[in-house]
Amino acid sequence: MQDVIEGRAWVFGDSLDTDNMYPGFAMKLSAQEAAKHVFYDLRPGWTDLVEAGDIVVAGCNFGIGSSRPVAQLFLELGVAALVAEEFNSLFLRNSINFGLAAVTVPGAAKTIADASTVRLDVRRARIELVGDGAGLQGTPLPDFVLDILAQGGLLPKLAADGYLPTASARR
Amino acid sequence: MSMTIIEKILAHGAGLEEAHTGDLVVCDVDMTVLIDLQFATMWTEPTRIADPERLAVIMDHAVPAPSVNDADGGVRAREFVKRFGIERFFDVGRHGICHQVIAENGLARPGQILTCTDSHTCAAGAYNTAARGLGPIEVYSIMCTGKTWFQVAPTIRYELLGAKPEIVSGKDIFLHVAGTYGDATNHNLEFGGEGLASVPMNDRRTIATQGAEVSADFTTFPADELCLDFLQQRIGERPVAVEADPNASYADLRQVDLSALEPWVARPGKVADNALPLSQLEPRKVDQCFIGSCANGQLEDLRIAAEMLRGRCVAPGVRLIVTPASQAVYTQAVHEGYVETLADAGAIVTNSTCGACFGYHMGLLGAGEVCITASTRNFKGRMGSPDAEIYMASPRTVAAAAIAGEIIDPRDILG
Repeated sequence: MQDVIEGRAWVFGDSLDTDNMYPGFAMKLSAQEAAKHVFYDLRPGWTDLVEAGDIVVAGCNFGIGSSRPVAQLFLELGVAALVAEEFNSLFLRNSINFGLAAVTVPGAAKTIADASTVRLDVRRARIELVGDGAGLQGTPLPDFVLDILAQGGLLPKLAADGYLPTASARR
Repeated sequence: MSMTIIEKILAHGAGLEEAHTGDLVVCDVDMTVLIDLQFATMWTEPTRIADPERLAVIMDHAVPAPSVNDADGGVRAREFVKRFGIERFFDVGRHGICHQVIAENGLARPGQILTCTDSHTCAAGAYNTAARGLGPIEVYSIMCTGKTWFQVAPTIRYELLGAKPEIVSGKDIFLHVAGTYGDATNHNLEFGGEGLASVPMNDRRTIATQGAEVSADFTTFPADELCLDFLQQRIGERPVAVEADPNASYADLRQVDLSALEPWVARPGKVADNALPLSQLEPRKVDQCFIGSCANGQLEDLRIAAEMLRGRCVAPGVRLIVTPASQAVYTQAVHEGYVETLADAGAIVTNSTCGACFGYHMGLLGAGEVCITASTRNFKGRMGSPDAEIYMASPRTVAAAAIAGEIIDPRDILG
């Protein structure tokens, strides 16, 4: 896990649901192909603009909906972390379990301007504008959860503990 | 210190005396359910699993396979259950939507913890179980290790008062709650109170299923005599109920007077802060009507639909799709004559699957179409085109709309 991430912020609103990010039709596609349809209706063309290391910032109730592994699609697109004022718990767990940092920072979507460059300290749950220094303090993840993140999600641990055949242990 | 139902179950699962809001607990999981999508999308056969007795495999989301990819998933599922000796395998033909199959087979029991790769796993909270949906990797991990963690969320308690009128269903109760109180993100829901006795098990499961739609973690009900009778019929013994302590601490206490409720409807997009009494909705014509899913494909839902449609017809230009929640519901509906009544009226009665509910296969909506659904979700694009509109209501209200061609109060049909 990268403890401090610096990247461009893409700022979205409240109650983004999983159908916004992983629509039913995309479930018929490979993760690589499905990733091209994230925010297909909300912000068409976004997946052509997002770059490796970028950070998605959302409002309240981020990720309400299904257990579809949206985090996998964000990782395909190179998204480095998710920040939200509030996460749906299933969505947050899904992200952590894929090794994608998901940090709760109240006020983030209202304060951070779209396209600004931000620095996110994952462990301390602090986000600040680069060059500004003014920051927002969120709620740090429990150490137990940070450990899952630090291991790169659940699969590397399962592989290390011998639950996966060795050939498929690598991601 | 006093505990809520969910705190007691999680404490027990973690081998602790107590668990309270904010505690992070690592629990043994009593039953884990894998669904067909898991095998079709990201399956690697594990080298070993925790316990084949605490695992079930249910084919539901994409059956019979609508694509070669889904068919290949079925092949992997069958190989897996054979190799690991999984007895609780519900293959196509003895299958159903997982939450219905869980209920029919007594896989969810009071005081136990149940996890599954579907967000509506909270459905089993109707049976006094701590049940929730988890992502595919986490469910895979639980299959391997038998354990996972939870951070205990604060609980909102809904105190049900009065008696539920016949015309009001679990869907209406839920839509009232969602429309009145909005989201419950990072909270648990607990239902109870003297009015619960008037809410049958099928309606409780509708409510518990839809806890996911207000973003709740766990949704639980107490196990009263009605619930214990239901479970005893399925598992052959009377389980021990887990009750909330009288002084348990709740984030909020909310009262719902069931006797004062009327049919409710949600507007398209979401249910939280977006539902209203049907009597306040403007006239709306519909193209498609759907009754099905883990929330509303139960036998009672099909009975209500058949009663509404008996001697009546689906309006010209309108499609009514009815999906039984399981093969068992389907066969019972055939024996009871519901399927005949519905088909005679012009409804399509499909095989049991999640297909239409999640816009994956069957019954998709085109741009500009309007649907009213008794299923789980009304997200934009959920059932097909993002330019279609999805209203949500009870099976009775959906059946009324199919007959009238527009969203109307079912009492106007019944006269």
